[in-house]
Amino acid sequence: MTMFAKTEHNVRCYATEKRWKALFLLMTALLILPVLVILTLLIVRGGPAISWEFLTAFPIKGMTEGGVFPALLGTIFLVSLALVFSVPLGIAAAIYLSEYAPDNVLTRIINLAIINLAGVPSIVHALFGLGAFVLFAGFGTSILAASLTLAIMTLPVVIIATKESLQSVPHAFREACWSMGATRWQTIRRIVLPNAVSGILTGVILEVSRTAGETAPIMFTGAAFFLPFLPESVYDQTMALSLHLFVVATQVPNVPEDLPYGVALLLIGLVLTMNALSIGFRIRLRNKKKW
Amino acid sequence: MNNLSTPLSNDHVMLAVNDLSISYNGKVALRNVTLDVKSNEIFGIIGPSGSGKTSFLKAVNRMDELTSGMSTSGEIRFHGYDTSKWRNLYSLRKRIGVVFPLPTGLPLSIYENVAFSPRISGVRHKVDLDEIVEKCLRRAALWNEVKDRLSSLGSLLSGGQQQRLTIARALSQDPDLLMLDEFSIAVDPVTTMRIEDVLKELKNELSIILVTNLVQQAERLADRTAFFLNGEMVEVGKTEDIFEGKTSDSRTTAYVEGRFG
Amino acid sequence: MSSKAQKAMAHMDRRDLSWYVDRAVQILMFVGGISAIVFIIGIFVFISKEGFSFTFGRFDIVEFFTSMNWRPTSESRETYGAFALIVGTASITGMAMLIAIPFSLGAAIYIGEFATGKTRESLKVLVELLAAIPSVVWGFIGLTIMNGLIIQLFNVPIGLNVLNAGVILGLMAAPIMTTIAEDALKAVPDRYREAAEAMGATKWQVIVKVVIPASKNGLVSAVLLGIGRAFGETMAVLMASGHSINIPGSVFDSVRALTATIAAELGETAVGSDHYGALFTLGIFLFLITFIINLTADVMVRGIRNK
Repeated sequence: MTMFAKTEHNVRCYATEKRWKALFLLMTALLILPVLVILTLLIVRGGPAISWEFLTAFPIKGMTEGGVFPALLGTIFLVSLALVFSVPLGIAAAIYLSEYAPDNVLTRIINLAIINLAGVPSIVHALFGLGAFVLFAGFGTSILAASLTLAIMTLPVVIIATKESLQSVPHAFREACWSMGATRWQTIRRIVLPNAVSGILTGVILEVSRTAGETAPIMFTGAAFFLPFLPESVYDQTMALSLHLFVVATQVPNVPEDLPYGVALLLIGLVLTMNALSIGFRIRLRNKKKW
Repeated sequence: MNNLSTPLSNDHVMLAVNDLSISYNGKVALRNVTLDVKSNEIFGIIGPSGSGKTSFLKAVNRMDELTSGMSTSGEIRFHGYDTSKWRNLYSLRKRIGVVFPLPTGLPLSIYENVAFSPRISGVRHKVDLDEIVEKCLRRAALWNEVKDRLSSLGSLLSGGQQQRLTIARALSQDPDLLMLDEFSIAVDPVTTMRIEDVLKELKNELSIILVTNLVQQAERLADRTAFFLNGEMVEVGKTEDIFEGKTSDSRTTAYVEGRFG
Repeated sequence: MSSKAQKAMAHMDRRDLSWYVDRAVQILMFVGGISAIVFIIGIFVFISKEGFSFTFGRFDIVEFFTSMNWRPTSESRETYGAFALIVGTASITGMAMLIAIPFSLGAAIYIGEFATGKTRESLKVLVELLAAIPSVVWGFIGLTIMNGLIIQLFNVPIGLNVLNAGVILGLMAAPIMTTIAEDALKAVPDRYREAAEAMGATKWQVIVKVVIPASKNGLVSAVLLGIGRAFGETMAVLMASGHSINIPGSVFDSVRALTATIAAELGETAVGSDHYGALFTLGIFLFLITFIINLTADVMVRGIRNK
């Protein structure tokens, strides 16, 4: 018998491996399958509800008819304003961590704070927004207060994505610039940032998707169940798509069955489109390396 | 090529290192080095890897400030001026060009690679930049190969071309001192010979520190040579002396004759 | 020695505009960096501030942890016993982990160790999409699809219960667990695998004997972060759990979670009232628990990441 013959033991090992592999594949499939089922169901049930009128009209008759226009617009307002706060701050934090921060206790605490910011329950962020922005800062329940709450909550998304894309720029480029007498900032501005900008954009799109779907943090800080008019300034309240789904699904009697499915489909469509965009962007980026 | 108003005499000391020690997080990488580099000379540093040669270069252009955990003691004088008292280290680094072992073309066009340093020093006019770029690429013996594609990416050139690009970039700083760290590691022999010719030319204008693991390269190029071993400078002397066995330490002879390393 | 040259050098060593710009930017970026710390402290300070009058007044720690009577609006005597809410949260989280731990670790092993090339990439993308579905949409799915499914399958009167919320939370927590677990598996150096394979081990033996033990800490921290995620989830739990105060006897009983209680009741309280303060006290409790979970996960993962 040669060394390479299939011994009984070997065959048994190989069979075990195959069984486990099949089991793990099944588990993966069972995790992913629900998404596909859910998407299909939402499209089938919610599809008919979506029309031009649905997107552009106000809700009427106690939100049992009409469209979701103010909610859609409100979500766009909230997300845009949240980005205005979180993107510059998040990029600054990421640049600090990636380019300046020494390996010390403070840096570790910053990293820990970021992890915690991402891990604190969304309802706790809502309590914070209520205490800090609505009451203490005196913004009242407003778009401003809700956007700030969302911005702080999703800050880690921008920081982590930006930090990753900054760090993917090889260190040798930085050393080459420094050795020529470039300051750290000149190095960052001329070499590091231009080569990380698409990665940062990917992170920002991901943040848009996260922010648009959040409900709890805006419930008590700026989003209203129903408003018969559009907000006129950042100190007004607004409707939001995510909260609207909660409201029509649980709070309003006699809603036609298709309506909440339509709202859910719209929301998930918005979020997944953004996500797909971000993923597609990332894949294209990887295939287009400059070094 | 020199920025100083008075021409420097041949025995001007460009770099004076006195009792320099370097450590990383408390671990000593180089101890008690004393040497000087004169203007218009090629100063060779030979020694096996891990002997502290690269750390030495980092200390000279004060990269210790940008390298975490690195600390130095002793004194380094550049043009007689103590570099530890330097207030704007960026201006110091502009006077000292460095070429790293692995060629590093920045992810910019060939033109912008060479124009990088003049730009950050405030050169704005296209005419001036054009002139600097052409001059430096010519001096690095790269001009003829790239003059028709100055706008293509520098980081996508071949290894040998990138290394010459790096040298052109270092020259664009208009340095007084050029330091090369094992530049031929990722370069083919033909390119190595071309770069060696370039260095012989450049010697007339500036000082060069040539760190190399090829002892013959030091023999070919260097006026004086220092031998580093395990974080110590074993000895320094005229290159002929070092290579003809007139050494004060038997380890030097053993190394240049290839008995270890 | 040439003192002229020395003077010229001293002249050249001036702090110029770019030096000052660099310094200013460094300070600016530092402010961005510490903002995360400021916000975390801010969150703690502000929820403590709002909860203060209750936490140090009406709050009764024994009642809070042992009584199952959460009756903040009772006319005769309000009681703030969070025991049932804690049990509710714990039962849902437990149910979620029962699903999420085996499935996400299995998926992580399949994606990280077996799948290759395009399959691997597309599986990762799908897991990422799973993570992208908003909480309120999950809640809606629990309320409608899962609810009907559970009623039909198990022949129970109501489908909004521990099982429903647990399955939903399991699916919500699984992507983050899968991603982090896969990262941990990938952090095991290839030379370990190669060394074991060179000795004739099959892939499966390599995974069980080499990869999993070497990435143990990372896997544990993946589970911890999943627990943190499920524990703090709000909208989905509010909509899928039935939201009734109960010590569950089976997975078909409705329960009420800590987070959902805040979301459901905060809108109806007057600022500064006992009820309002009690909800913020629940918030402090949630904050501290998640803080501890995240801290532990971070400490565990440092073991691998600190290379």
